[in-house]
Amino acid sequence: MKILEDLLYTNDHEWLKVEEDKAYIGITDYAQDALGDIVYVELPEVDDEFEMEEAFAVVESVKAAADIYIPVDGRVLEINEDLEDDPSLVNEDPYESWMIAVELEDKSQLDELMNSGEYEKFLEEEE
Amino acid sequence: MELKKTPLYDEHVKLGGKVVDYAGWALPVQYEGIMKEHKAVRTAAGIFDVTHMGEIIVKGKDALEYLQYIFTNDLSKLTKNRIIYTFLCYPDGGVVDDLLVYKIDEDEYMLVPNAANTDKDFKWMIDNKKNFNIIIENVSDQIGEVALQGPLSEKILNELTEEDLSEIKPFSFKKDIIIADVKALVSRTGYTGEDGFEIYTSSEDIKKVWNSILEVGEKYGIAPTGLGCRDTLRFEAGLPLYGHEISENISPLEGDLKFFVKLNKEDFIGKEVLEKQDKNLSRKVVGFELKGRGVPRENYEVHKNGNKIGHVTTGYFSPTLKKNIGMALIDIAETEIGNEIDIIIRNKPVKAEIINKRFYKR
Repeated sequence: MKILEDLLYTNDHEWLKVEEDKAYIGITDYAQDALGDIVYVELPEVDDEFEMEEAFAVVESVKAAADIYIPVDGRVLEINEDLEDDPSLVNEDPYESWMIAVELEDKSQLDELMNSGEYEKFLEEEE
Repeated sequence: MELKKTPLYDEHVKLGGKVVDYAGWALPVQYEGIMKEHKAVRTAAGIFDVTHMGEIIVKGKDALEYLQYIFTNDLSKLTKNRIIYTFLCYPDGGVVDDLLVYKIDEDEYMLVPNAANTDKDFKWMIDNKKNFNIIIENVSDQIGEVALQGPLSEKILNELTEEDLSEIKPFSFKKDIIIADVKALVSRTGYTGEDGFEIYTSSEDIKKVWNSILEVGEKYGIAPTGLGCRDTLRFEAGLPLYGHEISENISPLEGDLKFFVKLNKEDFIGKEVLEKQDKNLSRKVVGFELKGRGVPRENYEVHKNGNKIGHVTTGYFSPTLKKNIGMALIDIAETEIGNEIDIIIRNKPVKAEIINKRFYKR
């Protein structure tokens, strides 16, 4: 499974790329592989506000629908509309296929997340 | 409970199959991916391990009379080496199972029920044996079965047999023919909407057949195919799945499968209720295409003008048609082609239109 070094990770197999007060959020290589062929991505709208642990998107594979949870509080700044047109992008390159960018309200919430080394270990234990 | 393994279990693991619990069997839901496997069957060929399907033998002097009594379809004109699709119904018209019936000989038939229903069917058949002079035998554990499906199936299988496969027409079979040096029964049947064969042999020999087909099939683009695409393929072809479009609570008439219920035949279990139902059907399975965004899923509610009129029985993003389509059991008044309905997806109504449920025709 591919893991990128400069990202943060959650127990639910999402990644965050932090750029100052903004974070891009997507799902990891492990998550896309576990889901299988992705056929539908439902994203929130710009300016929607979410609290930590809320479902902000739905990703559906051929067989099942999965909620994607936000690991931080935040307001949606951008959504990746390309994924709505071609959901299979998430399978092809999960780390390029960010779903939303949020404005971080409380950067201390990032401390709870894993770095790449910790996530790698987490995956080994999951196996 | 420990999952049952088919004789091909080790092959599935070697091929990278994602093994899941299916009706108590450890079987691969996919190998490389459902989309890819689905496409292989539509454009070249795929091979499925369907050893989990049951095989029940009915033989004896009264075999035909007995089967006519328990089945909804009419077997009286079925000739040797031919196959018929039928329902086994309860007296209330609900479905015990849907099965294929192979006429092996004048007084001998092989029934192929769903894996999850085999024991239930067998018991039902014994309980309804009455004084018929027959023997009913569940031989499921002795038989291995693979399904080779897709437009190139005949070309592939030709390389493994001296037999003229073109002589085996749809819904017919040949017994005791040699495939990959193994004695087998081969029928031109399947559950994908494509041409193809189902091959039955002993549990010991099935591995030889599986591996030989994959080996000679390679140059034709064959893929090992799992349960995931088995369901998307049968769904696109408008074929019902027990527990979804038909069940204990959904009769064959409600499943829109009247063709396989011969109400003009002599008495059979369920006939009385089905006759009444036929005159006054209140709901029916239809096909629909989603017009808004989303994927319709099993058990999502179907509404019309804000009122619930039924539920989705199967729904997918169709890998071949690239559309979000489904089958739904709804009030008879709303079943007309072109009618607009709402599918409730995560508490929101999404527009859909009733269409013919044979979504894909080869």
